Amino acid sequence: MPKMYLRRMATGQKGVVCHVAARGELGRRIRDMGLVPGTPLEVQGRAPLKDPVAVKLRDFTLTLRNNEADVIEVEVEDRP
Amino acid sequence: MKENLVALAGNPNSGKTSLFNAITGARQHVANYPGVTVERKEGFARLNGHELHLVDLPGTYSLTAYSIEELVARDVLILERPRAVVNIVDASNLERNLYLTVQLLELGIPIVVALNMMDVAEGRGIEIDAYQLARKLDVPVVPTVGRTGAGREELLRAAAEVAEGGGSRPPLNISYGPDIDPELSRMEARITSAGFLTDLHPARWTALKYFESDEEVVKRGKAADPALSAELERTVQRVAEHLRKTLDTYPEAVIADHRYGFIAALLKSGVVTRKHASDRLYVSDRIDRVVTNRFFGPIITAVILYALYTFSFTTSKVPVGWLESGFSALKGLFESLLPPGHLRSLITEGIIDGVGGVLGFVPIIIFMFLGIAILEDSGYLARAAFMLDRVFRIFGLHGSSLMAYIVGGGIAGGCGVPGVMATRTLRSSRERLATILTVPLMNCGAKLPVYALLIGAFFVEHEARMMLLLTVISWLMAFLVSKLLRSTLLQGPSTPFLLELPPYRLPTLRGILIHTWERAWLYIRKAGTILLAVSVIFWALMNFPELPESETARFDSKREAIVLDLPEELRAAALAGGLSSEETPEHLSEVRGQLLAVDREEAQAALRYSIAGRAGTFLEPATQWCGFDWRTNVALVGGFAAKEMVVSVLGTAYSMGEVDPEEDAPLRERLARDPAWSPLVAFTLILFCMLYVPCVVSVVCLAREAGSWKWGLFSAVFNTMLAFLVAVLVYQGGRLMGLGV
Repeated sequence: MPKMYLRRMATGQKGVVCHVAARGELGRRIRDMGLVPGTPLEVQGRAPLKDPVAVKLRDFTLTLRNNEADVIEVEVEDRP
Repeated sequence: MKENLVALAGNPNSGKTSLFNAITGARQHVANYPGVTVERKEGFARLNGHELHLVDLPGTYSLTAYSIEELVARDVLILERPRAVVNIVDASNLERNLYLTVQLLELGIPIVVALNMMDVAEGRGIEIDAYQLARKLDVPVVPTVGRTGAGREELLRAAAEVAEGGGSRPPLNISYGPDIDPELSRMEARITSAGFLTDLHPARWTALKYFESDEEVVKRGKAADPALSAELERTVQRVAEHLRKTLDTYPEAVIADHRYGFIAALLKSGVVTRKHASDRLYVSDRIDRVVTNRFFGPIITAVILYALYTFSFTTSKVPVGWLESGFSALKGLFESLLPPGHLRSLITEGIIDGVGGVLGFVPIIIFMFLGIAILEDSGYLARAAFMLDRVFRIFGLHGSSLMAYIVGGGIAGGCGVPGVMATRTLRSSRERLATILTVPLMNCGAKLPVYALLIGAFFVEHEARMMLLLTVISWLMAFLVSKLLRSTLLQGPSTPFLLELPPYRLPTLRGILIHTWERAWLYIRKAGTILLAVSVIFWALMNFPELPESETARFDSKREAIVLDLPEELRAAALAGGLSSEETPEHLSEVRGQLLAVDREEAQAALRYSIAGRAGTFLEPATQWCGFDWRTNVALVGGFAAKEMVVSVLGTAYSMGEVDPEEDAPLRERLARDPAWSPLVAFTLILFCMLYVPCVVSVVCLAREAGSWKWGLFSAVFNTMLAFLVAVLVYQGGRLMGLGV
């Protein structure tokens, strides 16, 4: 399956987190919210100005800024 | 260890607060943790004659020391040692919620899991086997529904039973993988034999925190045993180096992965059954398709904000009116009871006006918070923050800053006090502080009478355009100041956003009322006491020192000269102000007018002679750069007590008598005629009023919310300097270009 960063994923696209390249506070916060390798997710939508992005994972919706989505690499399914 | 202390821990949005309300009812006590603006809620519950003392920990996703909330929650767990912890988990979002549970178990605290929001989970077709969960975690699990209070009794009974056990249990040992496990065991043994921090937490947990490079624990360790602490850090470094080389990762991430792995394995083994495929759209998601839609989203936000705003300000008008008439009746009572003099003036103008001013805010605060509580509890606030974050982030703010700005007067006519308090919904500290400090730049309701006076006098044809311009200017200034602060004093990367959009929920009336009352009461208690003192000080500044006797004698003789023509029996009455319009014949009205003019002249002289007046005169050399004379200065000093006072003090300073801010026509005409005034001066004064020191009430609230008096002082000094700078630039620039002179 192709890999891409969460920021580049299209609305409705699904995938599984494969790598989180953040340390420190951001890395910790991302893990606290359950975005760890192996987590399936789906891009739910974007804010009116295309940033932040809303992601559905583990039964809840998480929103993160594009620059935060940049550290999350996802193995994506083919476009729906 | 407190006798029957039971702590409530859980994720934000897990329904923790409503469960806490259901358990303790109205028997709550809210305060702040010392030194931080995190609320500490306590309450009591009775069970079979035993009383449980409950403390509601701030909602957290984890127990790292990353945010103030987490630090506070962890400190309560470690230092106060509750007998039991009720861990509230959202059954409809079990996997992520159990991450905190695992961390609580690692800490070796006896817990009871409240499997909350079972109704939501059922609605989503998620079935949870509470018995299996309890067996696998080896803790009691009680299904609950916080909104209805279902499961409350069972939960309390389970908590009481656990509390009997004495406050500790063997910590949960899970595997963190082949790289960490052996080292962890070795470190654990070293820590145990050295008795290193073992009075505070289990040895394995301490070792784990060293692996997670937890600043707080490492700091504590360094203080307790520097040598051992350094040894542990070396071990961790070695493992970290190895992990980096072999797997391109680091210990903290590995540990988190294993925690989630433990949870996933646990849930897969028969705890959770799903009726539907997991990618089914929930009701919330469908609502969000519209509510956060690129086109409709912003429109809906605008409508909701406008509604909130109209609701709180129109609804609060009635109770504000009651309070006002109540206070003026009280004032009248004291005026009729006491002879004229210092005591009467102190009680009526100092104390009653001051306290009235403070309490006058209460209805606005209550209704504003009622509205915000509804938006917050329903889940809408998170959506608004999500949609607008991009704009606010440019200026170093956060999507959630919007609410504070709007409440503070973002669309003209809010109030800075609830605005500053509304920043409590912001969790990132730098962004929150920047918001707190810039909210007072908005055009609050108290600035409007000043604008109305000056616009009415000088820009009467452009009223609407002028108001729009002022609104734009105040947002612009707030954004610029925030940007300035965030690149200087509050410098630092923006706090990670990562905001959860909780499912939409119908808020409960009880929850909202409790929420609102807490905040209103906090305001009344704190602001009330400080403000009483401040109002008395202001009263003194405006009234002392009094005119010297020679001066008062001069005014007395003027009055006597006026009444000289009157028949003897009327003179005394006239001097005592006893010539009322109904009783006095036509020809006496002229005398009455003359007497009034002398009174006003005396009031003006007295004002100029007072400390405030002298300050105004003293400041003239500086303020002439922005076109203000002593009269304007003293009015601005008065405006520090409450912005609308600028109007009434200007009235006194122009010998117009005390001008009611609502009825300013004579003063307006007077200013329009005055050669010292011009549209340019008026515009400069408007800008000055917008930007300079927030009113006392705001400063008090601001200092409290920012957590330090220094910020209150900073805001007072910085805003005044900013206002002065802007005023000088505008006035001098305008004069150079010949605009509105």
